[in-house]
Amino acid sequence: MTKHLRLSAAVLALTAGAAFAQQSTITIGMQLEPPMLDPTGGAAAAIDEVVYANVFEGLTRFASDGSVVPGLAESWEISEDGTTYTFTLRDGVTFHDGEAMTAEDVVFSLDRARAEDTTNAQAALFANIVSVEAVDDTTVVVTLDGPDGAFLFDMAWGDAVIVDPASAEGNATNPIGTGPFRFVEWRQGDSIELARNDDYWGEPVALEGATFRFISDPNAAFAAMMAGDVDAFPVFPAPETLAQFEGNPQFNVLVGSTEGETILAMNHGSEALQDVRVREAISHAINRQDIIDGAMFGYGTPIGTHFAPHNPDYVDLTANSDFDPDRARELLAEAGVENLTLRLMLPPPSYARRGGEIIASQLRDVGIETEITNLEWAQWLEQVFRGYDFDLTIVSHTEPMDINIYARPEYYFQYDSAEFQSLMDQLNVETNPEQRGALLRQAQELISTDYVNAYLFQLAKTGVANANIEGLWENSPTQAIDLTGVSWTQ
Amino acid sequence: MTRLPPALLIGAAITLIYAIIALISLVWTPYDITNLQVSNRLQDWSATHWLGTDQLGRDMVSMLMEGARTSIAVAIVAVGIGMAVGVPLGLAAAANRGSLLDEVIMRGNDLIFAFPSLVIAILITAIWGPSATNAILAIGIFNIPVFARVARGGALPIWTLDYILAARTAGKTRTRISAEHVLPNIANLLIVQATIQFSLGILAEAGLSYVGLGAQPPTSSLGRMLSESQTMIYSDAWLAVLPGLAIVILVLGLNLLGDGLRDALDPRLRRARG
Repeated sequence: MTKHLRLSAAVLALTAGAAFAQQSTITIGMQLEPPMLDPTGGAAAAIDEVVYANVFEGLTRFASDGSVVPGLAESWEISEDGTTYTFTLRDGVTFHDGEAMTAEDVVFSLDRARAEDTTNAQAALFANIVSVEAVDDTTVVVTLDGPDGAFLFDMAWGDAVIVDPASAEGNATNPIGTGPFRFVEWRQGDSIELARNDDYWGEPVALEGATFRFISDPNAAFAAMMAGDVDAFPVFPAPETLAQFEGNPQFNVLVGSTEGETILAMNHGSEALQDVRVREAISHAINRQDIIDGAMFGYGTPIGTHFAPHNPDYVDLTANSDFDPDRARELLAEAGVENLTLRLMLPPPSYARRGGEIIASQLRDVGIETEITNLEWAQWLEQVFRGYDFDLTIVSHTEPMDINIYARPEYYFQYDSAEFQSLMDQLNVETNPEQRGALLRQAQELISTDYVNAYLFQLAKTGVANANIEGLWENSPTQAIDLTGVSWTQ
Repeated sequence: MTRLPPALLIGAAITLIYAIIALISLVWTPYDITNLQVSNRLQDWSATHWLGTDQLGRDMVSMLMEGARTSIAVAIVAVGIGMAVGVPLGLAAAANRGSLLDEVIMRGNDLIFAFPSLVIAILITAIWGPSATNAILAIGIFNIPVFARVARGGALPIWTLDYILAARTAGKTRTRISAEHVLPNIANLLIVQATIQFSLGILAEAGLSYVGLGAQPPTSSLGRMLSESQTMIYSDAWLAVLPGLAIVILVLGLNLLGDGLRDALDPRLRRARG
């Protein structure tokens, strides 16, 4: 009963807020609607965009610059051998339903994520955990199989948030977390509404409520933004219209970097693409700047390997695959390839559709014909990602630090290199930051000189917001629209 | 000699111009649209690019020429499929009026008629993937019942005429009568209907391409040009206005031609005017 009262009070506060002081709530535009709202049970980026840091929190969390900072764990100690982490939890944290957040909940959440029948989309994050024990209400000891330098980073993912055993099953439709916003309502196909959690343990947030509206059509998104129906569109789907927002003092255009390595993925199961010379030829045939200009209207940073340029361990390897059509033709001749026709499958985003046409033209120039097929996401996942039925495809890999996908031979482009896999095995047990950096650089170089895929550009995060809003993330270190620091200046 | 209606002349002129442009694009366009020059994108109208370039640096004149060709080619083949299958079905139904065959053909037509061409197209592309061929099939299938109905409707009154009776007493089979006596007499009807269906085919192709179910890149298509430029309507409006105008004018021309042909070919109207 109290819960209901509180809920209606929150709704009342929200509507009253809208009537008297319009600037205490915010409407956020998103292109895709999440399929459900449990970040521990699905991979869709839209889930984390709504709930990460807003509704759910983990032991650690990502700050806007990508660094890992304390979340529900106030502090931690790491044993000498790097296998035991002792987390001290914050005191007085409650879930939105009033239940206290204790060490038992952490044990439950991590055990649930690493269980054999887990539905967690990133189960690999927890694979190294041997045991999770609650010492007292605010102390948790996590024992690892071996030292793992990325463990605190892994625990900051949206997939590693702490949930309450009592409400875990219902989180898909009624998410109950510990965050500064509580879930109010989900109008399927239209919007999700959050309201401020007044019992929040941390610094109270400025906004009284937030509405996430789903607008898939780029034109409608543009109109909604221009009309003021939406206050901010953190990942705006039409880079071609940004120039108009830039020229308008009512709007701020936020250009940042993301974790999205956009690549021309090559199917190593295709006969022609098993020859490294053919893959190298394709890489040399591509003019990255043309793709960034033509497909992204200039937003994007060229990359030469599968790694984010803003990461300190990034190596600029674009020279390995510089634009050199003559070299590409030579390599093709060397490989004895003639009249090669490759199937290019393109998912819906404009980087893929427009980029695909540009790449097709560039490949034709060196003598490779392409057959373009435009696919919807569901078809793409079915046919390309799960079915391996493609030669080339363009996609942006938006997960942070995902170079380890090259160690998975069953991953859709099917790169199988013992050398790379052993590098990743070493990386997984290495805790020394310098050694880790060296291994990461080695890994970047290996996939660059092996021409596993053609590396195009780092996806820019191009967002638009009302000029009176401050505190939105400029970069996207993880898939999130963190509203904790957002406020209206007037 | 009767005077030709002005609608017919205007419609025929527009159609002819498009047909000539489409034919020219087979052998020549100002630029190769499969060779993208990204650095040249979004150019204004100039002597080198008469109508400027699009977001990927392709010459708009060339894009429109090829787009018109795609539309016309798809519509011609689709209408051809509709006639080739629909007319014999309609004639057979008329020749066997009231029989089980008639019922089966006409109810089958109703069934296809009940599905909009877009739904058929989505169905076909879900099975075989999107392509110009599948767009042709979808539009063609949608055309079959139209022609079957027109053929049957036109043929029924002819079957009651004396010379058909004479032909039957002379021992001609129903198939031969349909081909030799009925078909020539409904040809006018079919030509007029074909013109109308042709303009609907152009629209259907543009619609299918717009939602990505028609011709796939790098083939240019007016519908896809529209969908790709719609987000730029505020900054580079011509990119969307030009293919839109191209579709409107072509469809208008075909409709005028269809109306004019009906006026010119319908014996009753001709007699009234003469």
